[in-house]
Amino acid sequence: MSTVRRGVEVSIAMADAVAQADVDVIAAYPITPQTHIVEHLADIVAEGELDAEFVPVESEHSAMSVCCGSSAVGARTFTSTSSQGLALMSEIFFIAAAMRFPIVMALANRSLSSPLSIWNDHTDVMMVRDAGWIHIFVENGQEAYDSIFYAFRIAEDPQVMLPVAINLDGFILTHMVEPVVYEDNDLIKKYIPEFKMKNTLHPDHPVSMGCFAMPEIYTETQMSREAGVVNSYPVILKAWEEWGGLTGRHYKPVETHRVEDAEYCIVTMGSFGETAMEVADQLREEGEKIGVVKIRLWRPFPFEELRKAVLGKKYLIVIDRAISFGGPGGPLALEIRSALYNKKGAPSIVNYVAGLAGRDVSRKDFRDIILEGKKKAASDDTDGFILYGLRG
Amino acid sequence: MAKPIDQINWHELEIGSVVTETGNAVQYETGSWRSDKPVVNMRQCIKCGVCWLFCPDMCIVRAEEGHFTANLAYCKGCGICAKECPVGCITMINEEA
Repeated sequence: MSTVRRGVEVSIAMADAVAQADVDVIAAYPITPQTHIVEHLADIVAEGELDAEFVPVESEHSAMSVCCGSSAVGARTFTSTSSQGLALMSEIFFIAAAMRFPIVMALANRSLSSPLSIWNDHTDVMMVRDAGWIHIFVENGQEAYDSIFYAFRIAEDPQVMLPVAINLDGFILTHMVEPVVYEDNDLIKKYIPEFKMKNTLHPDHPVSMGCFAMPEIYTETQMSREAGVVNSYPVILKAWEEWGGLTGRHYKPVETHRVEDAEYCIVTMGSFGETAMEVADQLREEGEKIGVVKIRLWRPFPFEELRKAVLGKKYLIVIDRAISFGGPGGPLALEIRSALYNKKGAPSIVNYVAGLAGRDVSRKDFRDIILEGKKKAASDDTDGFILYGLRG
Repeated sequence: MAKPIDQINWHELEIGSVVTETGNAVQYETGSWRSDKPVVNMRQCIKCGVCWLFCPDMCIVRAEEGHFTANLAYCKGCGICAKECPVGCITMINEEA
């Protein structure tokens, strides 16, 4: 367990973590705001500090295709993308999950065009919500660094064998210089030893991957995928528990802050959580009985942990960073409403969508959302969502 | 030989639905797709094997007498054999005719 903190840009810390994880193949195409992660990895490989293949592909579609190929032969594989890049690779993104390749991706969350924007929100990840990947959200530099190790640990578990996407807010997190504790390579090697896949593409043991399926068997293949994602849950918990034991940094699917005696909670995902906690602490001093709930694990969704945290509260203020156009609210609120529907003691839910395409959500904004949300919760009208800060 | 695909339970599938046994495409009888079937005029056939060479499904087999005929369990009725036959001894006949 290390205790030395170093000031480092979060993208660089993540790339260093990928090198420490001793990956075999990195295939990526640069796109803002993921760029620093893969550029730094290209440097590390070029300098001979990491014995890996860096494949500078011609598109994101090819990036994920290379990742599938390298993963199919049992190579530890990493990639990273954002927004339009994710959209372009989406065809293969789904295939990577269905074929159960333990690829790890840093997904630097950014809005989707149009209008073209390079800044952060969660529109890109929500597009591939149902692809069958494990999705984890991190909220600071240390979490981003740590996530690479537990992501490989989870992905490569023989019971899981699924790709894992680490979602981190573009710019807000990727380009921030933060204090990060690096762990020793010995500890990392112990935590993620070399892995061996049961079925790989090898001429000595021929198998067929990615076959054609008739209606008679397709349904069964989808249940197998569903079971894979659901059954990853205990493995994720164990991976976090062990990481906590080794480093003293503990992770949970649903993180809570001053929730036990709270009357109501604000619910966030990603880097919003840090600001939400600060504002909640201020409001506590002013007598507000507020708590903060942060969803770390997006898929598989932690239904029980969420219910345990919020059932019995008066109301929740859920802040989304994406819109489901024409739907009942932002994707996070949608999930939470469905998790709590018909449950005894279910709080009412007020949904805000804020921070689209990097629009700053300051402490004052959080305060406004919380106090305005309180009034909204007291009214009868809590359907739909409120687009925070909208002019007109 | 593996179980027929309509008898495999979901938990019997390999992770990623990897197929570990080779040659099981033979289980999938593509003949049900067919609307026209190739009929060979054996008297005209010169036993050259061009139909066998061109068949994309490799469903044409050589009979003992040296003629070539399609295995209708797999023949999709594409008509390539009839098109390529140098003596025109293969006719595509509608299945329902």
